[in-house]
Amino acid sequence: MTAFSALIGRELRMAVRNGGDVLTLLLFFVIVGAVVPFAVGPDKDLLALLAPGIVWIAAFLSMLLGLDRLFRADHEDGTLILLRGADLPFSAVVAAKVIAHWLVAAVPLIVASPILAVLLAMDMGGFWKTVLSLAVGTPALAAFGAVGAAVTVSIRRGGLIAPVLIAPLAVPVLIFGVGAISTGTGPDQSGAALLFLAAISLMAAALCPFMAALAISSGED
Amino acid sequence: MTIETAPKQSWWNRIAHPSQFVAWSRPLLWPLTILTAVLFLFGLWFAFFNSPEDYQMGDTVRIMYIHVPTAWLSQFVYAIMTVSALGSLVWRHPMADVSMKSAAPLGATFTALALFTGSLWGRPTWGTFWEWDGRMTSTLVLLFIYLGIVALWRAFDDQLRAARVIAVFTLVGAINIPIIKFSVDWWSTLHQPASVFRPDGPRMPGSILTPLFIMFFAFTFLFLTLHLKAMHTEVKRRRVMALERQAAQAGASA
Repeated sequence: MTAFSALIGRELRMAVRNGGDVLTLLLFFVIVGAVVPFAVGPDKDLLALLAPGIVWIAAFLSMLLGLDRLFRADHEDGTLILLRGADLPFSAVVAAKVIAHWLVAAVPLIVASPILAVLLAMDMGGFWKTVLSLAVGTPALAAFGAVGAAVTVSIRRGGLIAPVLIAPLAVPVLIFGVGAISTGTGPDQSGAALLFLAAISLMAAALCPFMAALAISSGED
Repeated sequence: MTIETAPKQSWWNRIAHPSQFVAWSRPLLWPLTILTAVLFLFGLWFAFFNSPEDYQMGDTVRIMYIHVPTAWLSQFVYAIMTVSALGSLVWRHPMADVSMKSAAPLGATFTALALFTGSLWGRPTWGTFWEWDGRMTSTLVLLFIYLGIVALWRAFDDQLRAARVIAVFTLVGAINIPIIKFSVDWWSTLHQPASVFRPDGPRMPGSILTPLFIMFFAFTFLFLTLHLKAMHTEVKRRRVMALERQAAQAGASA
């Protein structure tokens, strides 16, 4: 367990010390949310209606675009090969990296979401629901993303392929993530959607590290 | 007493060794092609001239004879790829790689055809080209997965390494297949539920079922023929690449 937490600590220290890409992702998240009102017009009612979808799309895109930082640098300087020889099972190494990636790439988005809530004219109740659904749903994005990043890690020009591979698989996260916020017409099913979202996140977090580890080890030898 | 020195040619070897595979499967290609052509001839004749109009949909029911077989193949091809992916990961079977690689573009084509014909059929019958219904959405996701896999194959330089990595991704993407299958039961919106393969028998009259089944086999054999030919081409392509590499090495050392 100490190796596991040491690995998470290492990832976090590296993200803090060279925080450029994390801040860029955060900026991207806010900019996507801020650009939409220009595209659909600054009508407050319309924006408030679209806000949950916009916030989720912004989070979805910035999580996908941030995938490349998950394994790429460690692959290029050989750290991944060393980690494969460690005492810790490689799936646990991948799981540690996924947790660190979630802390670095998803938590700042959740912290920054009040900015988008103000820009998109969300009400208080909708805002708290958005924060809750982002917090429950983003682990699934990080876990699915790890599989995409692992599959493309040995491709030199793999930067764009990982998002293209993972976006279709992550569609259910988007469906239930938005479903957990907006009630739409008919009976309120946001509670059920939130539970589904939690189920997807738990399943993905439990299974994806194994698949990602398998993909990395089969691509390396 | 003689000692057998020649390696034993089990059926497994004959499947696994690329040139052995090509040698025994090449004679199958022509019979398969002819069978496919005959099935299409009969199937299309039935579909266009010898089957009744639907009492509600009229002539548009004939789109079904293309739509249902291609939709079935879109999932069948992924199942073939999943089995090949297991063969590639578990047994490191060389022909499984080849099968997986050559099935992906075919699967993408059949999925695109199924979506296209479904869209053409949906316009006159449902009044819309597209609806975000469970079956359609999951089939669209299947198309994206196919195209992603094709893009992945093209991105790798080393095809042997690519095979194992893509096999992992293919297994992950296989979650979508049961979702497509059961989407019509979980979210009942526009697309009708299963009406051919049901525990209580098909819900169609024989006059429509006969051409449907013939077209079903015609498309399946079309896939098998194209898949086999694509596998042969892939084996040849790899041999060409190996020879080029040898030639380049010989040129470098000389």
